[in-house]
Amino acid sequence: MSKTMWIILGLMIVTYIPRLLPFLIISNKKLPGKLRQFLEYVPYAALGALIIPGAINTIPGHPLATAVGLSFAFLYSYLKGGMIITVVGGIIATYIILVI
Amino acid sequence: MSQKLKHLTFKDGIKDGIPIFLGYFPIAMAFGILSRGTGLTLIETLSFSFILFAGAAQFIAVGMIASGVGAIEMIITIFFLNFRHFLMSASLSAKTHFKHPLLKPFISFFVTDESFSVASFANGQLNESYLIPMQLLGYFGWGIGSGVGFVIGSILPPLLQKAMGIGLYLMFIALLVPEMKKTNKAIVLSVMAGIMNSILRLLLHLPQGWSIVITIILVSLLGVLVYEHEETSTKEVINYE
Repeated sequence: MSKTMWIILGLMIVTYIPRLLPFLIISNKKLPGKLRQFLEYVPYAALGALIIPGAINTIPGHPLATAVGLSFAFLYSYLKGGMIITVVGGIIATYIILVI
Repeated sequence: MSQKLKHLTFKDGIKDGIPIFLGYFPIAMAFGILSRGTGLTLIETLSFSFILFAGAAQFIAVGMIASGVGAIEMIITIFFLNFRHFLMSASLSAKTHFKHPLLKPFISFFVTDESFSVASFANGQLNESYLIPMQLLGYFGWGIGSGVGFVIGSILPPLLQKAMGIGLYLMFIALLVPEMKKTNKAIVLSVMAGIMNSILRLLLHLPQGWSIVITIILVSLLGVLVYEHEETSTKEVINYE
């Protein structure tokens, strides 16, 4: 096995354990109201933190292309919703700005 | 209250999984292209996607291999980078009703930012028959996409390959914006998270994994404090919509 394969296995173990533990500890148990409420807010907080600031510098040196791609995605999902056109359209919009 | 929720079915899982499959595809292709460019083999690329299965972390790991970072340092970095999944799994498992507890180790393997968000925003009671098809579609979209990217990606125009790098963020936007339309909490909490994460990353120079985890904890806690008094009045609305 190559060194890279060993690294992948190591990465898998440290990635899988945090994914697994909460399921073993929490599921099918009644949680206190406050904790339940806390866990309900995790998706909003996670998505906000995943997008900003990382998205702003996705394509280093091309802030305009990045801005157009992100704006397209934001507007399209606001007006129409759906994942496929938001993603593919945003990539195409970014590409067009990179080309011109 | 929970028994009033609609029971999500296998068919719902397929319906919600197809957009993830298609959304992942170009992003995974971008990974395959990057991976080949770094000198990894097809088997190694597929192993990354099918064994590790961790979007952003794979891009960072390949980047670290390219710059000759040591294995231990990589493993520590990726551990912290992916530790946010601990919070996501906790949130998800609190909402899931398991008929077959033995499936927990299986389902938890497939927790990603995207499958977690889709499940969180699904309108109904989460269970295995919904989660498994939804998650597996994402898994195969990601794995097959990276293989396709590796094999034919270099045919694509270089600028298009570059543009595909933005896909992961477009997907996060596609997941968040519909929720922002539904509830003010989504707007307030996600904007707060963006600001806080920017402060932690750009001003305090915290590593990415740490700053995301700290942001999620602090913002969700703030949410509990801010919405403490509204809880009784809004809870019903949220659960019945």
